[in-house]
Amino acid sequence: MNVLEARGLRKSFGTTIALDGIDLQVDEGRILGLIGPNGAGKSTALNAILGLTQYQGELKVLGRDPWTERDQLMREVCFISDVAVLPRWLRVSQAIDYVAGVHPRFDRAKAESFLAKTSINRTSKVRELSKGMVTQLHLALVMAIDAKLLLLDEPTLGLDILYRKQFYDSLLNDYFDRKRTIVVTTHQVEEIQNVLTDLMFVNRGRVVLSCSMEELESRYVEVVVNPEQLAVARALKPMNEREVFGRSILMFDLKLNHANREQLLTFGDVRTPNIADVFIAVLGDDSGPVQGVSR
Amino acid sequence: MTTETNAVRQEIAPTAFSMMRPFYWSVRRELWEHRSIYIAPLAAAAVFLFGFVISLISLPHRMRDILALDPSKQREAIAMPYDVVAGLIMVITLVVGFFYCLEALYGERRDRGILFWKSMPVSDLTTVLAKASIPILGLQLLAFTITFVTQMIMLLLSSAVLAVNGISVATLWTRLSLFSISALLLYHLVALHGIWWAPIYSWLLLVSSWARRVPILWAVLPPLAIGVAEKVAFNTTYFGTWLGNRFSGGTDVLGDISSNFPIEPMAHVHWGRYLTLPGLWGGLIFAAVFLFAAARMRRYRQPI
Repeated sequence: MNVLEARGLRKSFGTTIALDGIDLQVDEGRILGLIGPNGAGKSTALNAILGLTQYQGELKVLGRDPWTERDQLMREVCFISDVAVLPRWLRVSQAIDYVAGVHPRFDRAKAESFLAKTSINRTSKVRELSKGMVTQLHLALVMAIDAKLLLLDEPTLGLDILYRKQFYDSLLNDYFDRKRTIVVTTHQVEEIQNVLTDLMFVNRGRVVLSCSMEELESRYVEVVVNPEQLAVARALKPMNEREVFGRSILMFDLKLNHANREQLLTFGDVRTPNIADVFIAVLGDDSGPVQGVSR
Repeated sequence: MTTETNAVRQEIAPTAFSMMRPFYWSVRRELWEHRSIYIAPLAAAAVFLFGFVISLISLPHRMRDILALDPSKQREAIAMPYDVVAGLIMVITLVVGFFYCLEALYGERRDRGILFWKSMPVSDLTTVLAKASIPILGLQLLAFTITFVTQMIMLLLSSAVLAVNGISVATLWTRLSLFSISALLLYHLVALHGIWWAPIYSWLLLVSSWARRVPILWAVLPPLAIGVAEKVAFNTTYFGTWLGNRFSGGTDVLGDISSNFPIEPMAHVHWGRYLTLPGLWGGLIFAAVFLFAAARMRRYRQPI
């Protein structure tokens, strides 16, 4: 069974179309990155999956309709959002008590042991914790839940580099296994490049590109072209060209058959592009705001 | 609670887990968030007790005056501070209940905490019912308990002071008849302030689930507008009278207690009559509709 299955998912706010017919299919054990500029519809898609917003089209999460069966679905789905959603008046101990109270799949000992590794005080209120600590607390609660699907909406936004690294490390080492599925949206694409198994570019409510990471790596190639071969390389219709320190970097889509890898090797250094660069190149024709993606 | 007991409980009663535990913990979380629910009446009781203790200095003197009074007037004089503290706590819980209802489903959207609460396997209806149970039952039982304990402390302190001064405490105890006025108080709180007012609390909760800003205006203005419109259009005040009756309960709910209050306060309280009042059941139907709508609204509403 697919963990997530969407067909023609649509959602509009007044005249603004947030989701314009999204098709999505995520199998068990995948880590999908949902990447797109601000306002691309990523958060709306996650909200629909969580049953927080209404939508048109077909959507099944673990075989359930999230809009009408949110409370049952939440036994198997967890969520960490970009906005600090833990109420500021809540004490750390109360948060643990509450989740232990209402969640049948919560392992209190697990949450406690995770918290023991942090400097979070059990009697503190959320408002007294730093942003990094709030995320650690939320992560401790979520990782102690034996969920099938975890949704992360900009989970590391506003965290310093130390916390960001820890966040994905604990997620991969202590939480993820082949039985779980993770969907993550983020602007900090470079730090999840090695985490993801699948990738989906979204722009203006539409899926621009959807592929596995292996596909991405075999399909897109970046070449730091030697100046004398620039004209030849350009003739092969690169999808994107940019200049870094006076060197031209051309990106090719090998699937379009204008070029092959052996040929490109003769132009200069060939390397795997990072997700942000592919994103910009793919979106190149689809003139939309891309300022949301950090490199 | 350990995970082992959790697991055992789940095995024993999976249905009980799915129904009662989320409700219980939802109520707990209301008490964590809105600490004024118990702090406000406790503080009022503490302040009153403080003043009462100071007034004990003059109690022997006052008691001698009271004993010289006509027996029919003794009750009033003796019970006065006890009635005052009961009324004080009643008013405080009323105000707390009013503002609690307006905040209950509005605050969680304002602080975006609703995203966290909704990420837990607790239905909107369970959440709304847990919130409604606070003013309808929780606050009333709390007000009763705090009042009763305060009055008990007052009575014991008074008795001690009188005994030390060689004055008989018998009149104090018999005229006050604390246990029977407490029974009346409990009835008053549960039957009127709790259940009879359930549609009012439910209306406030509905407004709180729906308003994007200043829920207090949305809660108060529509009834006010209806009253004014009726007055202007037909020069009648049926709506206002009806609303006033809903608040006061009238003699239907409370019975006519003025006639022989000191002798047998509960004599005029008939649970049977109360339970057959059409106003009671009509109100409860309204309450159910409002609460159901509030639960629906909570599903649709986003953080603000």
